[in-house]
Amino acid sequence: MNLALSDEQVFLREAARGALSRFKTLEAARDALDGKGPLPDLWPVACEAGWPGLLVDDAHGGAGLDAFDAMLVLGECGRVLAGVALLGHLPATAILGASSVHAAGALLPKLASGEQRAAYLPACPPNDVYDSWCVDPAHGSERPAPPAATASGEEGHVTVTGSFAFVPDAPGADVLVGVALLDGAPVGVAIKGDSEGVSVEAVRRYDATRSLGHVALKDARAALLDVPEESLAAAWYLAQSLLAAESVGAVETALEVSVAYAKERHTFGRAIGSYQAVKHSLTEVLRQQENGRSLLYYAGWARQGSPGEFPLAASAARSVAGHALDTAARTMISVHGGIGATWEHDAPLYFRRAQLSRRLLGGTGGATDRVAGELLVGAAA
Amino acid sequence: MDLDDTPEQAAHRTRVRTWLEEHRSEAPVLRGPDALTDEDAIVAARRVWQGKLAEAGLAGVTWPKEYGGQGLGPIEQVICNQEIARAGVPGILDAIGVGMLGPTLIAHGSEEQKGRYLGSMLHGDEVWCQLFSEPAAGSDLAAVQARARLQDDGSWRLSGQKVWTTNAQFAAHGLLLARTDVDAHKHKGLTMFVVPIDAPGVTVRGLRQISGEAEFNEVFFDDLALDADAVVGGVGNGWGTAMTTLMFERVTIGLGGEGLGFNSARFAGAIAADEHASRDPEVRHRLGALAAEMLAVRFTGYRTLTELQRGQIPGPEAGLAKVTIVNGAIAAGELIADVMGPDALAEDSEWAYMISFLPGLKSAGGTEEILRNTIGERVLGLPPEPRLDKGIPFSELRAKEAAKV
Repeated sequence: MNLALSDEQVFLREAARGALSRFKTLEAARDALDGKGPLPDLWPVACEAGWPGLLVDDAHGGAGLDAFDAMLVLGECGRVLAGVALLGHLPATAILGASSVHAAGALLPKLASGEQRAAYLPACPPNDVYDSWCVDPAHGSERPAPPAATASGEEGHVTVTGSFAFVPDAPGADVLVGVALLDGAPVGVAIKGDSEGVSVEAVRRYDATRSLGHVALKDARAALLDVPEESLAAAWYLAQSLLAAESVGAVETALEVSVAYAKERHTFGRAIGSYQAVKHSLTEVLRQQENGRSLLYYAGWARQGSPGEFPLAASAARSVAGHALDTAARTMISVHGGIGATWEHDAPLYFRRAQLSRRLLGGTGGATDRVAGELLVGAAA
Repeated sequence: MDLDDTPEQAAHRTRVRTWLEEHRSEAPVLRGPDALTDEDAIVAARRVWQGKLAEAGLAGVTWPKEYGGQGLGPIEQVICNQEIARAGVPGILDAIGVGMLGPTLIAHGSEEQKGRYLGSMLHGDEVWCQLFSEPAAGSDLAAVQARARLQDDGSWRLSGQKVWTTNAQFAAHGLLLARTDVDAHKHKGLTMFVVPIDAPGVTVRGLRQISGEAEFNEVFFDDLALDADAVVGGVGNGWGTAMTTLMFERVTIGLGGEGLGFNSARFAGAIAADEHASRDPEVRHRLGALAAEMLAVRFTGYRTLTELQRGQIPGPEAGLAKVTIVNGAIAAGELIADVMGPDALAEDSEWAYMISFLPGLKSAGGTEEILRNTIGERVLGLPPEPRLDKGIPFSELRAKEAAKV
């Protein structure tokens, strides 16, 4: 039994915290909302630290680490609301890493070094109620099918047509990696970002630190990846666990700032943190944070030690972490009183992060439903 | 990061599993058509079974060898508990004694006390109960009023009432927190005693709960005589001794959540039986939300085990797991009753029993509010609420309370 971080993992986390502390990410987030200049480009920092190649094996120039290590880095990004394009990049490298075709092998070293950047085209695997893959819609709650691929006749290549809404880190990505249906069967595809028939429309919603794009593919030429369906599904759950880790990181900061303020702010002759009403709401944030953290361990362990449980573990982590971040952000605002709801304060930045994050990649509601689905299938078996 | 046994732990597990396979047929049957129904017969059979578990080294695993234990760590005890659960046999009858009160005696008792009590406790020959809470002292435990008066010959006379006492109806002894000095302030004037339960001057009364069953008791003491050597841990040191017991209670609760049968797979099973409900988005959302939290608690338990294995003592934050378990199970009871309808509330339904059990469990082992206070102060470092009882002799406090009525 060992759920403690290794020395290397502690180092990875501390190094990430140190590297990101050189940037005023929170001020930049507020300025970006105000239209005062772009966010700092953190990709060079990521490349210097080796983050783009975290999940790529040694042979292709990566660090050969595992999902849990990547979750530690995402947690640090979440703490300071740093927009590092790993949420898009890492699941894409995981799909390519599961493929043995030449195109994947040729791409991986460039992606591991960060010379090129990939984005993952998210598609949600079938479950016990819906028997098809689906992608997030651009509007509302409809469930569009994923893009269809058509065999082009040329060996190893297909053309893909379809659209993906709100794809993390899609703008500027050199490669798009995801799922398409070929004769009704899910296949992995890799598409160059500048190919003919590829259009990426950058979109911003509420949280300026989050780079998103609507991706439209029209007969776009793609490399066909020989990736088993489980690996395509695992990329979805990897993205869920990375987003969960990022959320738990943001909760940590929100809680620390709130607790510090509750100790220093006095009303009626005593610190507000001494009142049960305030104390109990802060322990509620701690409770949800620690539940989220425990589920990150579950997801990290399952990814390696029990892949069949990874969908359940990652979905549970996403569900709890998303809820925790909303609770933490709202509590942060309440504990600070009126000032917490003002533009100058950092609390609204965490609040904006919480509101948007919970609606991406199938939404926390979708993850919660998936937890039920996995358990119901298990119980019926 | 792994959930695996070390080679030593794996060997321990194999030994335990083998013993259980060989001796399973000797375990009392508590469920099914052949189950024992008479309460006295159940208690008698479970005492014998506890003795066998102790002989085989499956109980009191963390106790020192000189007192009949194995001198091993908490992980080895957890492995025994896991294997006992896996074998589908009952665990020990006196989990409170062996898990909390025995370790308190080992830490604070005299050599005579350890020699006299520990062996018979471990083997189930004498069952123990914990006599801390009173009608007016629960969350504020240091407000206990059970009064032990020192006699001229050095003996004591005890009068007062205790409550929420599990197992008192068949216990031989109890560990009791009493006030011995009303002029000291409240935490200082307390002393811990070993008391007999099956003695004249002690009355045990069952306390029926929502389910109709009596799982707890009230215990009354009427001028009970106690020898000088009934004191545990020194006169006036009762508070510190009680804190040791509560520390062991925290470890027990932190590691035992799923032992209560509150787990995501069981709840999902109840919903899966209803095909329509299994596809209902609202049912699925409620199930997914509560199940995710129950799964989190399982891994919080593994984190706690990792700390124990590294020689660290779990902090009060383990109490948050209890909050999650209780509220998760309450949400599950609500959901299952919504899905099943009134049949979930049939008197013989497992769900009716769970639904009845939970409101009380919310207060057991520390109310949710007290747990949140403790965690807010000890873990988050928030300032305590101002208190009106510090540094005041207990007798004056009582006079103040009386004056306000």
